[in-house]
Amino acid sequence: MYPSYTRRGDHVIKKEMIAMLLAGGQGSRLGVLTSKVAKPAVAFGGKYRIIDFPLSNCINSGIDTVGVLTQYQPLQLNSHIGIGVPWDLDRNIGGVSVLPPYEKSKGTDWYTGTANAIFQNIDYIDSFNPEYVLILSGDHIYKMDYEVMLDYHKSNNADLTIAVMPVPIEEASRFGVVITDDNGRIAEFEEKPPKPRSNLASMGIYIFTWKVLREALIATGDVPNCDFGKHVIPYIHERKQPIYAYEFNGYWKDVGTLGSYWEANMELIDIIPVFNLYEEFWKIYTKTESLQPQYVSGEAKIERTIIGDGSEIYGEVYNSVIGSGVTIEPGAVVRDSIIMQNAVIGAGTQLNKAIVAENVRVGAGAQIGVGEYAESQLDKKVYAFDLVTIGANSVIPEGVTIGKNVAISGVTTAEDYPDGALPSGGYIIKAGDK
Amino acid sequence: MRAVGIVLAGGNNKRMKELSEKRAIAAMPIAGSYRAIDFVLSNMTNSSVNKVAVLTQYNSRSLNEHLSSSKWWNFGRKQGGMFLFTPTITAENSNWFRGTADSIYQNLHFLKTSHEPYVVIASGDAVYKLDYGKVLEYHIEKKADITIVCKDMPEGTDLTRFGLVKTDDDGRIVDFEEKPMVGSYSTVSCGIYIIRRRLLIELIERCAQEDRYDFVNDILIRYKNLKRIYAYRMEGYWSSISSVDAYYHTNLDFLKPEVRNYFFKEYPNIYSKVDDLPPAKYNPGSQVRNSLVSSGSIINGTVENSVLFKSAFIGTNCVIRNSIILNDVYIGDNTVIENCIVESRDTIRANTSYIGTPEDIKIVVEKSERYMI
Repeated sequence: MYPSYTRRGDHVIKKEMIAMLLAGGQGSRLGVLTSKVAKPAVAFGGKYRIIDFPLSNCINSGIDTVGVLTQYQPLQLNSHIGIGVPWDLDRNIGGVSVLPPYEKSKGTDWYTGTANAIFQNIDYIDSFNPEYVLILSGDHIYKMDYEVMLDYHKSNNADLTIAVMPVPIEEASRFGVVITDDNGRIAEFEEKPPKPRSNLASMGIYIFTWKVLREALIATGDVPNCDFGKHVIPYIHERKQPIYAYEFNGYWKDVGTLGSYWEANMELIDIIPVFNLYEEFWKIYTKTESLQPQYVSGEAKIERTIIGDGSEIYGEVYNSVIGSGVTIEPGAVVRDSIIMQNAVIGAGTQLNKAIVAENVRVGAGAQIGVGEYAESQLDKKVYAFDLVTIGANSVIPEGVTIGKNVAISGVTTAEDYPDGALPSGGYIIKAGDK
Repeated sequence: MRAVGIVLAGGNNKRMKELSEKRAIAAMPIAGSYRAIDFVLSNMTNSSVNKVAVLTQYNSRSLNEHLSSSKWWNFGRKQGGMFLFTPTITAENSNWFRGTADSIYQNLHFLKTSHEPYVVIASGDAVYKLDYGKVLEYHIEKKADITIVCKDMPEGTDLTRFGLVKTDDDGRIVDFEEKPMVGSYSTVSCGIYIIRRRLLIELIERCAQEDRYDFVNDILIRYKNLKRIYAYRMEGYWSSISSVDAYYHTNLDFLKPEVRNYFFKEYPNIYSKVDDLPPAKYNPGSQVRNSLVSSGSIINGTVENSVLFKSAFIGTNCVIRNSIILNDVYIGDNTVIENCIVESRDTIRANTSYIGTPEDIKIVVEKSERYMI
């Protein structure tokens, strides 16, 4: 007789719920900010990256097993996540696992849709034998206790619970909305309805009973571009299985466009911000590269600004969000801007309403974000928010004048600026990717 | 590196006044985001000394909390690692550590079971960067029995709190004075020693047999004519936190660009425990000049020539000048603080003032009720 081995799911180390975090999308509406990095790895709020928020929510909610599905430009994301030390997700059993697409004996597929990515990782989920699976996306800024949502899911004996948020009814037509009965059970879905019958917008956060999701994935997962909203949820809904809406009333922001990304950053500098990072009991964790305090020189002026570790400020900064390791040289004036990790703003440079990505070097004496607004010549939909957007590792030569609503990516030299200027709405893309 | 490390972090010092009531000197906060022991631990790990014992005794709660994980200094390894030794009662011994040599003696097992041929002994209360590998090369080249890292102090330094050495032309130490009232020499011992492991075990065991407990008096000074004791002169910044005045000035030294760049921007890095605090916030009305500000701080008032440690809250219309505000301090509106060290977790009421003088830095310990955060 062979001894009968128990599986890990049969005993105490069974994971009741694990999370799957969808972090593979490009986020093309962030323009040059995501030309070299996936959207979840874009810096946010001075020292964080967008993915820190769902990862911190997981560990703060007691979820210690998270699969992160990556596909588009994963280098930055991989090195940020590592083995999960900053989030306490370095575990003997579980912890964080980065799950890229992989080769199979029969054909090799990219992740063609959100549900297809989970479908291709059924084995990963099965290995933890969970009761429930939490599906998250890596591009939302919020604090949420998923355990409370799970309690709600269990108390309803639901097969699927969707987190929803009340939005003003006039804006509801921009979202997928759900129509519920008095008990919170979802009767109908409407995707971007012209005349919405409900103001409850789906937040893209789902708790599935794993048995139900597994079956639905096997039935639908092979469909081209298999998507939760378009295929999996309708499949479950058609079978009249119980789907409930979990109403969330806290702060939640989709930072999918340059406008909403800029706004969400700027909300952090209010005197008492709606989204409070200073709460002891719900910390947001991130990989900390610099530890040292920031230095503010004798000539510096700073108001209504948050600044990350190790930055050195010699100039003036107003209404801005400054990352870690940033240098603002003497005489530079920064207003209404976001400056990410390790960027340098040269002496005497004026910077207005700009998003400056990581490691950017702006030369001395430049004028950026000046003149009259003009529509973007590169992409009217992406660059529609009157923001100067400068991609990671770009270089701006000294003394140039740059208009409003401009996009720049790559190492630019004085030759790229005819008459030393780039007019409003213009662009210089040198890195190859648009 | 062919050495193990021993960090002596048990000490207390009356000259630190109220600041040492809460913690061992090795746990004193330095430069906004660090603690004193971070410097020696970072030097160890940067010199590839991968197995380090930290000996603590005096009020070690704060220190133990800081050393809660060895991973911050890259000591979370299978080979080597960080070992924390506090006094324990054993079948043979129920004493506290009676001195530095005794603290090593009570943990001699650590040395006996190591295989590295050398030992680096360093105190946990100095701020410096040093490659112990260079000291070991010197030690081997000089065929020394013990090498002491020393520093030539500029004229006019108060030397009464240091051990002073005199060397011959080769660098061998010919005289050693421990904390003399009037010093004869201007070269001080930095409290960093390299010695062959077997020799150290032998010296420490003999010391214990004779009921002697102090490493400096009972080994270095007693053996100075018998053993070849050499001085390695270090360059660069070195400061020992042994008085309130030294502590205050060490922190303010970090406002100088050369000191800041040396520690923060030049490799190798100094590591510390990560606290996951949000970015510092400058509200309307904040005026910060020539100061260091750490993460988690919120500033509504004026701060000049000062060092703010983590999570400081400075109220509206406050004026903070030439002061050091330790971790997690709340300062109410309209308060004036000059030439002070404000103890960590203090809550200072609105409309108060605390004024020290540059010669007599005031230590503020004020535990009022905290109504809001």
